[in-house]
Amino acid sequence: MPSYNLSHLDQLEAEAIFILRETAAQFQNPGLLFSAGKDSIVMAWIARKAFHPAKLPFPLVHVDTGHNFPETIQYRDEFAEKLGARLVVGSVQESIDKGRVVEEKGPDASRNRLQTTTLLDTIEEQQFDAVLGGGRRDEEKARAKERFFSHRDDFGQWDPKNQRPELWNLFNGRMHPGEHFRVFPLSNFTEMDIWMYMKREGIVLPSLYYAHERDTLVRNGTILAVSEFVQPREGEEVVNRRIRFRTMGDATITGAVESDADTMDKIIEEVAAARQTERGNRADDKRSETSMEDRKKEGYF
Amino acid sequence: MDLLRFTTAGSVDDGKSTLIGRLLYDCKSIFEDQLEAVEASSKRRGDENVNLALLTDGLKAEREQGITIDVAYRYFATPKRKFIIADTPGHIQYTRNMVTGASTANLAIILIDARKGVIEQTKRHSFIANLLRIQHVVVCINKMDLVDYSQETYDQIVRDYQEFASRLDNIVEITPIPISALNGDNVVDPSKNMPWYQGPSLLYHLEHVYVGGEENHVDARFPVQWVIRPQSDEWHDFRGYAGRVAGGVFKPGDEVMVMPSGFQSKIREIHTADGPLEEAFAPQSVTLTLHDEIDISRGDMIVKKNNPPEVAQDLEAMICWFSNKPMQHRAKLILRQTTREMQAVVREVRYHVDINTLHKVEGIDGFAMNDIGRITLRTASPVIHDSYRRNRQTGSFILVDPGTNETVAAGMIV
Repeated sequence: MPSYNLSHLDQLEAEAIFILRETAAQFQNPGLLFSAGKDSIVMAWIARKAFHPAKLPFPLVHVDTGHNFPETIQYRDEFAEKLGARLVVGSVQESIDKGRVVEEKGPDASRNRLQTTTLLDTIEEQQFDAVLGGGRRDEEKARAKERFFSHRDDFGQWDPKNQRPELWNLFNGRMHPGEHFRVFPLSNFTEMDIWMYMKREGIVLPSLYYAHERDTLVRNGTILAVSEFVQPREGEEVVNRRIRFRTMGDATITGAVESDADTMDKIIEEVAAARQTERGNRADDKRSETSMEDRKKEGYF
Repeated sequence: MDLLRFTTAGSVDDGKSTLIGRLLYDCKSIFEDQLEAVEASSKRRGDENVNLALLTDGLKAEREQGITIDVAYRYFATPKRKFIIADTPGHIQYTRNMVTGASTANLAIILIDARKGVIEQTKRHSFIANLLRIQHVVVCINKMDLVDYSQETYDQIVRDYQEFASRLDNIVEITPIPISALNGDNVVDPSKNMPWYQGPSLLYHLEHVYVGGEENHVDARFPVQWVIRPQSDEWHDFRGYAGRVAGGVFKPGDEVMVMPSGFQSKIREIHTADGPLEEAFAPQSVTLTLHDEIDISRGDMIVKKNNPPEVAQDLEAMICWFSNKPMQHRAKLILRQTTREMQAVVREVRYHVDINTLHKVEGIDGFAMNDIGRITLRTASPVIHDSYRRNRQTGSFILVDPGTNETVAAGMIV
């Protein structure tokens, strides 16, 4: 009797392909959120496999805060071209200019929360009925209960107490006009799985993920890269450090870690020994114990 | 490294969250900042020790009420295996969550409080594990520290459980383990407090239990999800049927039949983005190409010619009702099974199962939330299926309310 066992990475990939194909089949007009962060890169990579040799049956969607590292934008454009995918960009700057949102004031102002409005506007403009996101359940405790197919009401809100049960391989994407779904094909990946998968597949990440030297400062216990958007305040010292980023977000809030890991193997070693979760360095999650849950209810991704 | 999916069920007080917190903590799946957050919360609540249960109680409402109200998924890994836990609450009103968690699990952990022994909820959990066809059950007899690590107490509970479980026909293997989740006895390392117990620790068992035989590798089943037609110059004539193998093994050259049309052809290639495969088996996601151009679309099923599934419009099924809106007499619903969707009407409620006594109760029409029972269904078009007992993927379905679009029931074809 031959053994028909799949490795855990093969099982996770097969599951993600299944979800991506269900999304294409059950919805009229899906979009795949692409931030050039590692999770969305893996999701787009698997999407390419799901529909091969055809092109992706949906566009990549980027919500640009206007505070991105230039490396991120360059990677995004090259990646979309390599995949032959259409790219849709929603701009937070445009939302601010149109008066749809008001920029946060104060020293710790961030555009993170404003992305929600831009995302919801983009969904409406493009008439997306499903938005694929790279969220994983191991990221944060509010995400542990997230569904693969997560229903959002007319206002884009998530109701964690009234979620549709998901059993076997059966996903219910039926909805009323005006509603939409967020779909998370990588739900069952952990951070470690993502890294091991990228290594196996030979995926190259934006340079920000690998250790490099950069001018930095420390603000509220987080190492931030000095940039157009982050300038030293009084009492803050600019120090050249060898750092890398563990997530790809706004330059104003994405904290770096000091690291020598300049290859995929070294990063995996570092992740295996890590003592902090990857979101532990995001100032937006630290605001309150349930900040992720609160933002998700409003329609954050 | 392979993958084990298991489900845990237990009530508020029998230490389930503590056990999971312990597994995550001892396997280093909890990070410093998570632990710090939990320490701070424990302090605010006035708990004496760090409350490991807080690691798994995710949502605000749960932390306020001190209960778990939904299925939460947890992850940890050892060098041997990756584990996915479907953590479900044990209250009677949350039967539907246990059913949900059990639907994707290979193994169930059932917790028994050593001071209380086998109680109604133990039976309820075991019944659901059996109904959903989980073949491996680990019975953790917890809080052994509170019964002075007594072998006599343990032996009695194991005897009681085995007597009860002899009525459950799907469970292949029952493994009892005496533990203390709070102190870590027999969770990861063997306990020094129970030298009379010679068996494995819980983690050792989870790492080594053989679960390879769960998928059906006999009856070839391929529900078509999506048709791939690139219409590019390079792939001009390519027409592939994308899907996930739901049973059996497919190889190039296999003689296949398409259901429900009955058209026959041969497999040309098992296509993937990484190159063709020699064979495809559950649960792989692949794309099949055939020798003949025949009309195939989403919802069709490709099977081996000599081993077709059943096709019927009248179905017998066990269902669990999920909605807080009761099921109406002769309810008209939407049935989703494999990649098909169709209208269905509930023709008859045969009986309910009292999940505390396991007795059949006849003469009740309709279902309320968390009710389990047997029905007959009539569908608008033929359902291509196997019995749930034979194949979990082709034998399962959900029912959707066409008005609200909510999933109102889960079903298993008898």
